Amino acid sequence: MSELKSWTQIPIGGYIIEPKNSINNKTGSWRTQRPVINQDACTRCRICWLYCPEPAILELDKPYVAKNGRKYNITFEVNYDYCKGCGICANECPVKAIKMVPEVVQQ
Amino acid sequence: MTQVLEKQRESSIVVEKKGLTTNYAIAQAVKDVDVDVIAAYPITPQTTIIEKLAEYVANGELDAEFIPVESEHSALSAAVGASAAGARVFTATSAQGLELMHEILHIASGLRLPIVMAVPGRALSAPISIHGDYQDLMNIRDTGWIIYIASTAQEAYDTIIEAFRVAEDPRVQLPVIVSYDGFLMSHTTEPVELYDPKVVREFTPRRLNTRPILNPEKPTTIGALATPDWYYEIKYQAINALKLSRSVINEVDSEFNEKFSRSYKPVEGFMIDDADYVLVTYGGAATWNALEAAKEARDRGLKAGVLRIRLFRPFPADDLTKALSNAKAIAVVDRAVAPGSPIEGPVFKDVYIALHMAGIDKPMLSVIHGLSQRTMYIRDFYELYYRLKDIAKVGKSPQESLFMGLR
Repeated sequence: MSELKSWTQIPIGGYIIEPKNSINNKTGSWRTQRPVINQDACTRCRICWLYCPEPAILELDKPYVAKNGRKYNITFEVNYDYCKGCGICANECPVKAIKMVPEVVQQ
Repeated sequence: MTQVLEKQRESSIVVEKKGLTTNYAIAQAVKDVDVDVIAAYPITPQTTIIEKLAEYVANGELDAEFIPVESEHSALSAAVGASAAGARVFTATSAQGLELMHEILHIASGLRLPIVMAVPGRALSAPISIHGDYQDLMNIRDTGWIIYIASTAQEAYDTIIEAFRVAEDPRVQLPVIVSYDGFLMSHTTEPVELYDPKVVREFTPRRLNTRPILNPEKPTTIGALATPDWYYEIKYQAINALKLSRSVINEVDSEFNEKFSRSYKPVEGFMIDDADYVLVTYGGAATWNALEAAKEARDRGLKAGVLRIRLFRPFPADDLTKALSNAKAIAVVDRAVAPGSPIEGPVFKDVYIALHMAGIDKPMLSVIHGLSQRTMYIRDFYELYYRLKDIAKVGKSPQESLFMGLR
């Protein structure tokens, strides 16, 4: 996160005078578990993209050839800058292609 | 109390001298400053203010939106919305209504919205009471509003005019409450000099867009979540603005005096310069009962004085300390209670702290009186002067509040 402003530098009353500045707030730091997509199991059904409340599932024009030989024109990836690790995508995935992995593993 | 006219006023400024209750004087002032939105819900003893304003709007005398909401919570919420959109907004309430507004009071000050509200003080239930005291006002003391306590109908009229100037000043941007005695003032007719609305409007130019306002052309989010990284800084802005509003309040009063030849200081002393025994109080009692008692005590050779607190928040600690520095003993008469506190007088605590912060330690008496309009006789205040004389002799502050007028 960038250096935090002092009270004299913040707009009056905490008003947001610059639309869309929420992108400056990298909410990914809130996460305790990260979703990891198994690109070979993923069927590109777009359900994770649909359910993600952030939204932090990116649909990319990135061709991919799965181990079973199936060719896809698109790839779904997680935007870890903003993913809060809520796990909805993993819960909704019909083919269980998304796993929630702890961010920090206790030794 | 109004000061002696300091300079000859332009004769055209006062257009009428009228018998008005303080509530009607408030409504008249709100009309004269020309508000855009009134959102209010009726509650005794405030109701006659908004009844009168509704009448002005219905008659076309005041070009404003009157929003008849379903509760005080909604009244202040609507006021917040209208103010955020850049309107000049007024509301009024008392007692349970002010309690119902409580959470929005913090929002109005936190969002720096220059709303002006009249609060004729009233006792809180239970037991159910519609009568006057200042318990409602004391309960909202820490919500970050500027709080005036007027003591005459004329002062209430004048203070509403000053309040809009102060609230909308770019250095302040805070909501303002103008309080006064429920019933004893709100429903009592006094002579009030009314000014030419043109002059009042010149004195209160609309400065409603010096901060960002809700505007589809230039999107602004007002009232967003502030995470722990941000809350403290944003809150501190409002805390600091309230503190710094002292100088603006004084500046506006000087200008008001220039224009209308009336002035009100944050604390006002009567016969205080050489007073040994001082009653500190607020509202109508300070101007009438206490003053009469002081005059009687003076007639009998006791150096009695009265100090009225007109500006309650921000608390004028420096002015108060200066005014009390020569007293031998001080009583603070509260028309509200802080149950379970080290001592029960809410304003007593402020006065005590202010003096001790300045290194002044004098025998002080906390007096509770006038709850739910229990009659505060002049003889009660008179008796207090003699109690102060005894306390000064002992040289120690009584450890308990004195509950006067209690059977």
